[in-house]
Amino acid sequence: MPLVENADDPKGATVAATDQINGAAYWKKTSGLMWTMLAIWFVASFGIHFFATALNPIHILGFPLGFYMAAQGSLIIFVVGLFWFAKRQNEIDEEFGVQED
Amino acid sequence: MSTSTGDKDPFIASLGKIYAGYTGGFAAFVIILAILEQMGVPDKIIGYLFVFLTIGVYAYIGIISRTAAVAEYYVAGRRVPALYNGMATGSDWMSAASFIGMAGSLYALGYGGLAFILGWTGGYMLVAILLAPYLRKFGQYTVPDFLGARFGGNLARSLGVIVLLTSSFVYVVAQIVGVGIITQRFLEVSFLTAVFLGLAGILVCSMLGGMRAVTWTQVAQYIILIIAYLIPAILMSMKVTGVPVPQLMYGFALERIEGLENGFRAAGMTPPPGVTGWHTAPFIGPNGAFSWSAALNFFALVFCLMVGTAALPHILMRYFTTPSVREARQSVAWSLFFIFLLYFTAPAYAAFGKLEIYQTVIGQPIAALPEWIKNWQIVSPYGVPWVNIVDVNRDGIVQWGEFRIHPDVVVLATPEIAGLPYVIAGLVAAGGLAAALSTADGLLLALANALSHDVYYKMIDRNAPTAKRLIISRVLLILVAILAAWTAGNAGADILFLVAWAFSIAAAGLFAALVMGVWYKKTTNAAACWGMAVGYVFTFGYLIWTEFYGLSFVELFGTKEAILAAARQTAALPAADPALKAYAAALVANAGQITDGAMSWFGQLILTTDSVVLRGRTVARLWTLNNISGGIVGVPLSFLTIWLVSKFTTAPSQAMQDFIDDIRIPKGGVRLVDRREAVE
Repeated sequence: MPLVENADDPKGATVAATDQINGAAYWKKTSGLMWTMLAIWFVASFGIHFFATALNPIHILGFPLGFYMAAQGSLIIFVVGLFWFAKRQNEIDEEFGVQED
Repeated sequence: MSTSTGDKDPFIASLGKIYAGYTGGFAAFVIILAILEQMGVPDKIIGYLFVFLTIGVYAYIGIISRTAAVAEYYVAGRRVPALYNGMATGSDWMSAASFIGMAGSLYALGYGGLAFILGWTGGYMLVAILLAPYLRKFGQYTVPDFLGARFGGNLARSLGVIVLLTSSFVYVVAQIVGVGIITQRFLEVSFLTAVFLGLAGILVCSMLGGMRAVTWTQVAQYIILIIAYLIPAILMSMKVTGVPVPQLMYGFALERIEGLENGFRAAGMTPPPGVTGWHTAPFIGPNGAFSWSAALNFFALVFCLMVGTAALPHILMRYFTTPSVREARQSVAWSLFFIFLLYFTAPAYAAFGKLEIYQTVIGQPIAALPEWIKNWQIVSPYGVPWVNIVDVNRDGIVQWGEFRIHPDVVVLATPEIAGLPYVIAGLVAAGGLAAALSTADGLLLALANALSHDVYYKMIDRNAPTAKRLIISRVLLILVAILAAWTAGNAGADILFLVAWAFSIAAAGLFAALVMGVWYKKTTNAAACWGMAVGYVFTFGYLIWTEFYGLSFVELFGTKEAILAAARQTAALPAADPALKAYAAALVANAGQITDGAMSWFGQLILTTDSVVLRGRTVARLWTLNNISGGIVGVPLSFLTIWLVSKFTTAPSQAMQDFIDDIRIPKGGVRLVDRREAVE
């Protein structure tokens, strides 16, 4: 991937400049993914744990569920969520043909 | 400088082999030391071999990675594959506090300590979805570079540099203290000697090769720190449960801890100060009942640590080093995966350690305690004994509340608790050292780059030749390192609480400007500068005010009852300024004349404003929030300022809109508004 820093260079013109509509649609879909991820982030970081006290009487392998969600459950959601995000965003890039060469 | 993922770079292609060989070599090294120990080589020699050989390896990598190319020095030539950048970020991220301190915090705080586990992992979600890919596409060298290019030059750049210097400097000082504590314990030298030994180890890694050297040593350091963290936990799990999967098996330990805690309470015992008596119960006060204050503090801390993670420049700059935008995104996922490996093990350490202590120490005669307890009844660099048994009722039996343990012992003493050979203790020391050194390297580089690249090259001498720029970088790196070591040597362990501040300061100062710069096209230059300034000044000011002038804070925001309580606390402080104590005593003497503070309506808006005695000071708490979560107000305030000022200032130019369009799309180049902002 050439790192073009020069606006005068014809290669410096981006897809967005040549195709405004495509660029806008791309950004709309990317923003949609961003909000989805942000919602997942919020639920895993805060939402679930509002109910920690209610979840704790449930024990799985000895773990009180509320404790488990904060110690491992949410972390697993974060890790899996990020790999999924990277894959999904690549698909969006390719759908609109804006992936790197 | 042009690079391509398609290049068959022989070094990149053989990375897998190099690091597999390195891991094997390290395993062989540990086995050889274990054999030497069995043959009767003294513990002290084993400790020396661990410390010096690992530092020697880092130094070797640092020296062979030396470079004279600017892009190599600042962004490792932008050819670090996602997986390896993930490992490097993992060790860049996990500090001495994570490695030795976290399990101990969980031991003491129980569920409350999980705020650190959540906060220090979830922030990577924000990094990946909001910032990393766009900063990578922008493609310069530093975080202030982005602020300068997006928000019209040197004012925004300078504000970014100020926030960066403040947050990174307090952080790096704490890392050097961590290096000192570990080196001191295992080499038995003075704290100051230990600090300067550690400093030499840090400098030799980063000075010659900049980001390139730091990257490849951080990968090596990650491998050592994760092995050193997992092996004792696995062996401990074997000992306690018979199954070598600590992360799954500590559930049973938790169940037994709950049972033992109930038994202790039934016997009329209370937990020691600072340790929760309900290990798994969320949001409870000291009496075990639900507490709004505890819940508010928990979520506020999670929020500040997450947003702070996504704003710390030494982490963000790691994503400038990947070959592409695509790999930057994958790299954040890998980073979190490698961090996760340590963080989901930490609560297991805490649970096994606690169970072991509850089963073999509490209720036993003091004369018949396990051997490891006796070994740790020595004074730590913090000035208190690592393990202290205070026989309050003089019955010769260790009661629940009589056993005091410093949090760091939970990890450091696990090998001895589990009855493992000394070589494992040496391994833990090597791991802790790797964690502290790698974080210190990353932070020092961020500091020195901000000074050399952003201040010197971009603001003072735009025409400086490459060789001169790199010399200046290196000189500044040494100067910052010496200043940090000098501060660490003088302040000692008393300043470790400042680390938590770094997150709130970075969060309130940088996060809003970076996020709005990418995601809100209408953000104007003035708005971003105001947003950074307001967030930074407000948060930093709030932290200093509540920490060092707690009484005056309560006098403004507290009710008369809170003011009287704060005055009583201040008057009783053992080592406070006599004038302040006299003033507080006078307040207490005339308690009838105290009135509610002028802003007490604001201080009671959510929960009440009060104060606690911490670190020998009366520390104020707005809405009962500990000041560790100072960013909880600063971050929204910074966003609000940017949004409001943007409404009232002239919208960004078409050229700026084009620039934003370019950084939003992986393909193509970036049309900078001001061509002078280009670095390559």
